[in-house]
Amino acid sequence: MNRSRQGDQLFRELCRDIGADRVHRDGASQLLYSRDGSAFPGGIPGVVCFPETTQHVVDCIKAANRHDRSFVPRGAGTGLAGGAVPCDAPLVISTTKMNSILEVNYEKRFAWVEPGVVNLDLTKSLTGTGFHFAPDPSSQQSCTIGGNVANNSGGPHCLAYGVTNAHILAIEVVLPDGTLVELGDVDGHASGYDLRGVFVGGEGTLGIATRIAVKLTPDPPEICTLLLDFMDVADAAKTVSAIIASGIVPAAIEMMDKRIVNVVEEFVKVGYPTDAAAVLIIEVDGLPKGVKIEVERIQSISLEHGARSVRVASSDEEREQIWKGRKSAFGAVAQIQPGYYLHDTVIPRTKLVEVLEAVYEIANRYELIVMNVFHAGDGNLHPLLVFDPQVPGIMERVLAAGEEIVQVSLDAGGVLSGEHGIGLEKKRFMEKLFSEEDLAAQKLLKDAFDPDGRANPFKVLPSGASCGEVNHLNQLPDGAWV
Amino acid sequence: MGMNDLEDFRESVGESGPVAVVGGRTHWTVGGNPTDDTRLVSAPVGIDSFDPSEMTVSVKAGTTLKDLNEELSRYRQEVCLEGSSETTVGGALMIGTDGIRRNLIGSVRETLLQAEYVDAKGKLIKAGGPTVKNVTGYDLCRLLVGSLGTLGLVGRVILRTRPQSEKSVWLQGGLQPEEARHVCFQPSSLLWNGKETFIQLEGYGIDVDSEVLKLKNLGYEEMGTKCPISIPRFRHKFVNGMCLDGGIVDVYSSILYKSTEAAEPQHSNEVVRLGNKVRTMFDPSGRLNPGRDPYRAGP
Ligand SMILES: Cc1cc2nc3c(=O)[nH]c(=O)nc-3n(C[C@H](O)[C@H](O)[C@H](O)COP(=O)(O)OP(=O)(O)OC[C@H]3O[C@@H](n4cnc5c(N)ncnc54)[C@H](O)[C@@H]3O)c2cc1C
Ligand SMILES: Cc1cc2nc3c(=O)[nH]c(=O)nc-3n(C[C@H](O)[C@H](O)[C@H](O)COP(=O)(O)OP(=O)(O)OC[C@H]3O[C@@H](n4cnc5c(N)ncnc54)[C@H](O)[C@@H]3O)c2cc1C
Repeated sequence: MNRSRQGDQLFRELCRDIGADRVHRDGASQLLYSRDGSAFPGGIPGVVCFPETTQHVVDCIKAANRHDRSFVPRGAGTGLAGGAVPCDAPLVISTTKMNSILEVNYEKRFAWVEPGVVNLDLTKSLTGTGFHFAPDPSSQQSCTIGGNVANNSGGPHCLAYGVTNAHILAIEVVLPDGTLVELGDVDGHASGYDLRGVFVGGEGTLGIATRIAVKLTPDPPEICTLLLDFMDVADAAKTVSAIIASGIVPAAIEMMDKRIVNVVEEFVKVGYPTDAAAVLIIEVDGLPKGVKIEVERIQSISLEHGARSVRVASSDEEREQIWKGRKSAFGAVAQIQPGYYLHDTVIPRTKLVEVLEAVYEIANRYELIVMNVFHAGDGNLHPLLVFDPQVPGIMERVLAAGEEIVQVSLDAGGVLSGEHGIGLEKKRFMEKLFSEEDLAAQKLLKDAFDPDGRANPFKVLPSGASCGEVNHLNQLPDGAWV
Repeated sequence: MGMNDLEDFRESVGESGPVAVVGGRTHWTVGGNPTDDTRLVSAPVGIDSFDPSEMTVSVKAGTTLKDLNEELSRYRQEVCLEGSSETTVGGALMIGTDGIRRNLIGSVRETLLQAEYVDAKGKLIKAGGPTVKNVTGYDLCRLLVGSLGTLGLVGRVILRTRPQSEKSVWLQGGLQPEEARHVCFQPSSLLWNGKETFIQLEGYGIDVDSEVLKLKNLGYEEMGTKCPISIPRFRHKFVNGMCLDGGIVDVYSSILYKSTEAAEPQHSNEVVRLGNKVRTMFDPSGRLNPGRDPYRAGP
């Protein structure tokens, strides 16, 4: 049977199994689901499915198995590493319609949610209960808990509270052969191998999450937000290291350099000092007296390290203003240039000064504009290369500069990604960090979950045929924002 | 000890024959005993590097927790691992159970950032990475914690450290767990013996003092810095309404500590099948810690 007749049969079976209104293969859906938040043009999905129950997901995966097709789990599609990009006409299985909060248990501090629940919706639903879900990616208005789990996402407040993995207690997963398993347990100490722990961050290559037990974190009694400004980026970076070295782990330490501050200020007017070389947003929380102590210490450390001024938010409104600027950064950038490439590497936080200098030097050398807005407290850099994709030859420069940024991060003892994952984007760099044997060991895990290589193929590990061979993935398309 | 420790360790593990690492032997029987023909080797010892301002430490797996914590406490830091004076870093990670302070300091699983281990073929493998935040590839460190040495034998690790609390104090009083858990913000431990609750508070002295005052007004008594009750060694899953039978409940994590061993835990067949598949992939000939089974270990 040829591929298209096979496809017809698969489509009919899916319509029969999960209902025709949940199965799409029209041109518009195929185009819409051909890419994610990254630049990768991707392929064309075979069929796009919108399951509403775990059984639907099982049915989709079983259909994929019957027809020897691969499948790609998908949330809101905000991923920046190409994780949700379909490569070989797979079933795209979107869990966005599985978006109910199923159970909230305040006593035991967990909630069972479906994977399509939007991160911010979960946060909003918990407001006023005394608890919250700690991971707060900057994309939280649209990204889903399923995507957060698959990418082990972070956010400003993950410095003290930990990234997504620390907040996931249990996951119901449909494995690539259609078997249903529950990994972990709500008490957070199931015995046996920690398969929950490896599923988180598995980038959709180990199966599909259909229910997730998240941990509820008690709201701190006191929160204080500071805005510090510096006339020298290096002073800001040194301040970050000095704060951590003093034994304080704030809830968040975010850095924004002059260029991004100016773009943001133009866009939202939140009162950032536009003449500063860099600002730090620092938040501390906890019991009131400890918060006061930490605020005082941070003030004096930063003044010792060259801060020009330290503003302590005196009201909730002021606090929200300070955060609003940070959270609008990506939206603001999109206003000024049609293209940007957001990088994501982690370096030891004591190396911030030298690596930031190198990043500026690289951008200058390639005649590119770089803006830095990032999670400084845990050394998670996000150099943002901003450009006009219409300029001839610019893509080559953007990619070459990006590659050098990755290299200086690795040379400083860092890693390839702090929160966006490897996906398609960074596969080709994996060998820079891991030996062939290290990668083979990672492949063992993938093979145990997915012996037929059906779940989100071509992602994470560099081995085997690459999606790039199918789709010219190293080329950024015109007008893309990355 | 020199740079060759890891290489020596790799050689001692070799490429064939049943083998296991012996640590402090404090939890040797967890998950079953290794078969009689299992060769026992030791992991290398020593702290490689500790940068207090990075809050990470690189340490060889045979180092005792006591030695590690002694070094870290010179800079008022600690790792989230607990044990007795013989406990090794590798052993604590391979057992992987959280201590009673989990509510404050987090889980052992969050502690391991990078591991260098010898695999079943006798090769040295690196998993994870040195930075505090990292999503580069599959996180095999997650898999190693709690694996009882059945997937690889660990030679060296990088661990996350945390600042020690300025003050720590235990209180004992009459509130029942469901009331006691709401009185203070984030106590580090909350234990219950069926009659009274025992609360450990940590943080800045000035905050701890005001929380202590709250509890004293509810009839609690200050008991000093050491846990006022002894905690039996065997961990059972606690379910509300269960008979404590002389045991102690860790309220936040629903663990009942008793002096008698727990019955073998129940797992779904599908989960065990998947876990065993992982094990077979990592160790096809079954030479690493044969006889031990993480699915037979308690919670
Ligand atoms: C403006 C902007 C800001 C961002 N800021 C941050 C940030 O601060 N921190 C951060 O960590 N990330 C950030 N991101 C990246 C992205 O938002 C996160 O990775 C997010 O978690 C992805 O969620 P999603 O629902 O969009 O997933 P998608 O992009 O749809 O998918 C991401 C991956 O998850 C898999 N997946 C999705 N659902 C499931 C499921 N149910 N089961 C199994 N696998 C699944 C997919 O296969 C894919 O590999 C940002 C992105 C943008 C566009
Ligand atoms: C008073 C007390 C309190 C405790 N509290 C806590 C607590 O709060 N939190 C906690 O986590 N634990 C706690 N424990 C458990 C303690 O951490 C264990 O002693 C430890 O887990 C075992 O370490 P060990 O060196 O004695 O290992 P052993 O008993 O020698 O070995 C245990 C297992 O680990 C394997 N193993 C050991 N080293 C390696 C290695 N390098 N590579 C591969 N496999 C290896 C062994 O083969 C064996 O399967 C407590 C123990 C005591 C006595």
